Amino acid sequence: MALALDAASRRNRKVASMAAFGALAMLSLGFASVPLYRMFCQATGFGGTTMRATAAQAAAVKTTARPITIRFDGNVTKGLPWEFRPEQVTQDGHIGERKMAFFIAKNTSNRPIVGRAIFNVTPEQTGAYFHKIQCFCFNEQRLEPGEQVRMPVIYYVDPEMLNDPNARDVPEITLSYTFLEAADSAPAPLQKQVVQKR
Amino acid sequence: MASIPAHEGFDAHHDDAHDHDHKPAFFARWFMSTNHKDIGTLYLIFAIFAGIIGGGVSGIMRAELAHPGIQYLGWWTHFLGGNDQDFNATLHMWNVLITAHGLIMVFFMVMPALIGGFGNWFVPLMIGAPDMAFPRMNNISFWLTVSGFCSLMISAFMPGGTGMGAGTGWTVYAPLSTSGSVGPAVDFAIFSLHLAGAGSILGAINFITTIFNMRAPGMTLHKMPLFVWSMLVTAFLLLLSLPVLAAAITMLLTDRNFGTTFFNPAGGGDPVLYQHLFWFFGHPEVYIMILPGFGIISQIISTFSKKPVFGYLGMAYAMVAIGAVGFIVWAHHMYTTGLDVNTKMYFTAATMVIAVPTGIKIFSWIATMWGGSLEFKSPLVWAMGFIFLFTLGGVTGVVLANGGIDDNLQDTYYVVAHFHYVLSLGAVTSLFAGFYYWFPKMSGRMHSEFLSHVHFWIFFVGVNMIFFPMHFLGVQGMPRRYPDYAPAFEYWNTIASYGYAVMAFSMVIFFINIAYSLVAGKKAVGNYWGEGATTLEWTLSSPPPFHQFETLPVIEDAHAH
Repeated sequence: MALALDAASRRNRKVASMAAFGALAMLSLGFASVPLYRMFCQATGFGGTTMRATAAQAAAVKTTARPITIRFDGNVTKGLPWEFRPEQVTQDGHIGERKMAFFIAKNTSNRPIVGRAIFNVTPEQTGAYFHKIQCFCFNEQRLEPGEQVRMPVIYYVDPEMLNDPNARDVPEITLSYTFLEAADSAPAPLQKQVVQKR
Repeated sequence: MASIPAHEGFDAHHDDAHDHDHKPAFFARWFMSTNHKDIGTLYLIFAIFAGIIGGGVSGIMRAELAHPGIQYLGWWTHFLGGNDQDFNATLHMWNVLITAHGLIMVFFMVMPALIGGFGNWFVPLMIGAPDMAFPRMNNISFWLTVSGFCSLMISAFMPGGTGMGAGTGWTVYAPLSTSGSVGPAVDFAIFSLHLAGAGSILGAINFITTIFNMRAPGMTLHKMPLFVWSMLVTAFLLLLSLPVLAAAITMLLTDRNFGTTFFNPAGGGDPVLYQHLFWFFGHPEVYIMILPGFGIISQIISTFSKKPVFGYLGMAYAMVAIGAVGFIVWAHHMYTTGLDVNTKMYFTAATMVIAVPTGIKIFSWIATMWGGSLEFKSPLVWAMGFIFLFTLGGVTGVVLANGGIDDNLQDTYYVVAHFHYVLSLGAVTSLFAGFYYWFPKMSGRMHSEFLSHVHFWIFFVGVNMIFFPMHFLGVQGMPRRYPDYAPAFEYWNTIASYGYAVMAFSMVIFFINIAYSLVAGKKAVGNYWGEGATTLEWTLSSPPPFHQFETLPVIEDAHAH
């Protein structure tokens, strides 16, 4: 009897540990989804995520005759004391052509602030074809009090877009940037003020 | 669902060493319980208690929504210790109410009742097992659920940013739940989900082990009653989806308290990722709430039609299919977050595919009743009510599955009507059906069939009065989650609030019925439903002995399901 019971509880333990392993695997998948999601967006241009290209890759792209208009948008989140706008509202060019646009940012506060730009393009299906060779959004930007900077973006639209039935008819792409105060931007401003008051 | 020869009285067996109906003393029996039937009873009592609170919260909401303007919220804010002079705190109270209603009903009413209550009671009985595989883990599951509920209740009295309590909605979306809600209320609410989730995962492991390892000799998987099948699929859904929620809300906690930026774009995170993770759990979760109901309805329809369920294997694998497909449709909750047209197309198609196995179930229930010798006892009436209400909710679900239509109906009362038809009317109706089906088996006393029928009809009228008009309101564009609305929406809102009163009255009848049966109900015999009731629990006395099946029952091959 005791022997039979042992066999039963061994079997129970085996099934239960397999089930627990399944639960743990899903738990790790939950955490692993953070880098996986980022890789997925970068690889597919999901949700209007733009692509990053090297100068060498860009040099191999041939300019086509298809005209395309790029419209620029720049804004900041609530609470970030920066002025941020594109220098030009639109730029006309051709698919495959390498162009440069400028954005102007100014820190209107009296403290240095590190900003991080998040970006996307609409229509979203063009994200996979919008390549940036150089961009201020690749790094965090630190602006001293009152400092104003002119920041370049070098980009091209991949001619591959003309082979995508969902994207080839798009005549205009909007590139939008939003500046946020970087989460690790210097000491938190609120605490700093409290300290100064004392 | 093999039939059991009547002459084998398993409960009549006595071990010579001790009386197998010996019960521990009160405290040890109910607070340190390792008996699946006692734990099932505890779960049911807990679910009824939580249901009264969650249902009471919806009463406050319906009272507030009966007419445009803010009528009662200020009083409730004051009553719960908030600052009723601050109008924003009063409006925050509304968010706290919708959050509490959602979380309580999902995690502390429907799940404990269906899985913890009926699952614990009847899975071991139906497969001929003496108890669950891990009785002490079963006890831990229950008390984890109770502590989760306490944590949620505590959160209502903690500062949550704009006012007292967690006002994030049951989805706890970032950034409202991170930077939007300062104060410990949301931490307590998240912790409550951790506790309840851990309890459910342990419960799921227990069910899987029990069902795989402890079936009586001869009971193959393809002979298991459909209720056991439904619990098996549900346990797998719990096991695979809840850990993802646990990961997501753990990241919320660290975003809130330890400066991580998983869902904060300022640090390179993405709030939409939280929505993906939540709904990867959230969509299987809605099947977790309805599949056990499917199982109960199958048992009831077969019992009162006095014939086996039509298409047994189809019914079992339809549930497996619903569970599997349920994992790959989550983004239909997120059509307006900026999915491209191809992604929407996929999720629309995948979602609609679920209507196929669901349709198999509905048609098989009807086919079971077709030509059966129907006996309109209260469980069957509730089960037929379930089929009607669930089908109605399923149809609006197919409408909402369309990415294009959903752009228009997203976050309107049409969605509220849809998910209340499948849950509040579907899952809850199956709960009452199961309750009237099994209550005499659990308590040993018959309920009043008359009161059960009256309860059904008043409940049926009440809930339809509440939720049917919400379809109209939603199509007309009334958004959900607001305490106030344009006067044009008043007519149907007032009717819905009257409907709540009707439904609440039917619940009074329910409680009178329980009290009546416990005090003056006739003693229930072992198989009080007669020849149609063929599963193993009907071979035992009512209530079953404290320890059943000391000799394992043997399932004979001769009787098909």
